[in-house]
Amino acid sequence: MVAAAFSDFMQQVVSGLASGGIYALLALALVIIHRSTGVINFAQGEMATLSTYIAWALIAHHGWRYWPAFVGTLVFSFVGGVGIHRVVIRPVERGSVLRIVIVTIGLLVAINGFVVWEWSGEPQQLQSPFGTETYDIGGVIVAAQDIGTIAVALGIVLLLWGLFQFTKVGLALRAAAVNPEEARLVGVRVTWMLALGWGLAALLGAVAGMLTAPTVGLDPNMMAAVLIYAFAAAVLGGIDSPIGAVVGGLLIGVLLNMLSFLSQYGAFDWFTEELRLPMALLIILGVLLVRPQGIFGKPEVKRV
Amino acid sequence: MTPRTQRIIGFVAFAAFVVFVAVLPSFVSDFNAREYSYVAIYLIALLGLNILTGYTGQISLGHGAFMAIGGYTTAILMAGNEQFGGPMAGGLKDVWTLPIAGLVAGLFGLAFGLPALRLSGLYLALATFAIAVAMPSTVKRFAEFSGGGQGIQLFGIPELTGSISNVNVLGRSLSPNDWMYYLAWSIALVMFAGAWLILRGRTGRAFRAVRDSETAAVSSGVSLARYKTLAFGISAAYAGVAGGLFAIASAFVNPDTFPVALSIFLLVGIVVGGLGGLSGLVFGAIFIAFLPLWAQGQDLGSLLPGRIIEETQKPGGPAIVYGVVLILLMFVLPNGVGGLFRRIGQLITNRRYSRSK
Repeated sequence: MVAAAFSDFMQQVVSGLASGGIYALLALALVIIHRSTGVINFAQGEMATLSTYIAWALIAHHGWRYWPAFVGTLVFSFVGGVGIHRVVIRPVERGSVLRIVIVTIGLLVAINGFVVWEWSGEPQQLQSPFGTETYDIGGVIVAAQDIGTIAVALGIVLLLWGLFQFTKVGLALRAAAVNPEEARLVGVRVTWMLALGWGLAALLGAVAGMLTAPTVGLDPNMMAAVLIYAFAAAVLGGIDSPIGAVVGGLLIGVLLNMLSFLSQYGAFDWFTEELRLPMALLIILGVLLVRPQGIFGKPEVKRV
Repeated sequence: MTPRTQRIIGFVAFAAFVVFVAVLPSFVSDFNAREYSYVAIYLIALLGLNILTGYTGQISLGHGAFMAIGGYTTAILMAGNEQFGGPMAGGLKDVWTLPIAGLVAGLFGLAFGLPALRLSGLYLALATFAIAVAMPSTVKRFAEFSGGGQGIQLFGIPELTGSISNVNVLGRSLSPNDWMYYLAWSIALVMFAGAWLILRGRTGRAFRAVRDSETAAVSSGVSLARYKTLAFGISAAYAGVAGGLFAIASAFVNPDTFPVALSIFLLVGIVVGGLGGLSGLVFGAIFIAFLPLWAQGQDLGSLLPGRIIEETQKPGGPAIVYGVVLILLMFVLPNGVGGLFRRIGQLITNRRYSRSK
């Protein structure tokens, strides 16, 4: 009994880490955009859904193999993200918060409509690149899909970290985010850096979408819930902290699975699957009340 | 224009609008009267949201959730729930549930206003958005209370509502559609006047002070905590009444009656109508009630080539139009239709003043 409970527990942890990795990627996308442009992108989830549909269309309609389609989708998403910033976001960037929120919501509605219009609302199946095998590691059953998801998510995070930390573009990106005026004075092309940030965010979203689709099924509203978990992750870790987004994502993924696990074993029996989303809301509210800057964030100081 | 003439023009315009609303059903079909009653319902919700967002500067992307609270309050008070006695045994007439719907939603609004004190700008947008997203699954979770995914039907109790069968009001027999129209619009007009009264005095000044500069407001002795929570409470109460009317008009509630999209539409409505103004909200309400229909190309048949109409009538087409129109509106009319009118008014008065000099 205890051994069975333990392996159950470990399984929940692993699958929690896998879904947490996906939340982390999308949270990272939100953080990158928020750091550079001060915008919270409500369309981030729909952008990811669109990318995933493109990967699916390349495979199902155009006969591409999985990995070429994966790379093709990343390229498309990156270019699309840059384009969205140049065409739609830049004109309102300096306006009021409300205008920016409405524009990203307009994007959300339009992209969602486009996905339904082009590919119909029917759920589709996107294959998993990792197969459906499961492995038995010391009594703990682990799905290849989960391991693959964790590996890809961590790999992408490391690549991104390398880009920001060790390249000239990364330095320019950070400079443009921290202090646009002075960055411009030393020759950084700030507006292009911001567009690049949007491109990277779209790319992260695409990866998150392609990792989500095999388990929950590809449909136009697939990312709506994931976006809320990603919001919760970003807030938990600190909306300006990339490390925070990753840690926050993993924490939320594991935490929600822990609640399911405990409710199966009698504790927290009020917790049902329907409460996963409201839980994310509670986490958002709780963090904002107790520690608004999140785990890794610095408190905001406002000059009057 | 002096403030005095402005006020007189305002009263005359309001009176003219009341007359227009009163006679409109005689000129449109019975079915359209029901459509127009939804304009009144959206108007009430928009008035509330604008008190919060336009006048006090607090963004809410979750007002659909407060409408849901009002809607469920009305439905439970009317249809009742076998498991609960007392007021929840049902049997209350539709009109009398509305003040209670407003009160309950208002209390929830006050309660949410307290934590929201710590949030501003995008964070508040985010937290309220999460409320809107979490609402349907929360409703499903408490199924014994809310009827779960199936919701609560009001069709079985025609004796409690004029929304289903003819009723006699003041000796005249009204069709359900006309009755719904007059009910919604009379409440909307009263609440419009109410909002005007709240906003013209001391409270309204405090709201605007909070919006324009919190620091300045505090140093002039305005209590941020008090006025922000008050704005949340009033705003949610308006949304609650709108939600109650929505439930009566559609004769049922379920979790999908108040989707995330509704919250988004409401925000869109006040932006189209113009933040920080009341009369423009009528256009906002018309916009959210009818744009989904226009977006399907129903009335544009003669304006656009048939091929485009065909494409936009495919599923998803209207949403594309809607999203693009929203973005374009933010580019060309950042202050909404109300702002456009104010701008034109300013241009005219400026010219008159410079000429008279």
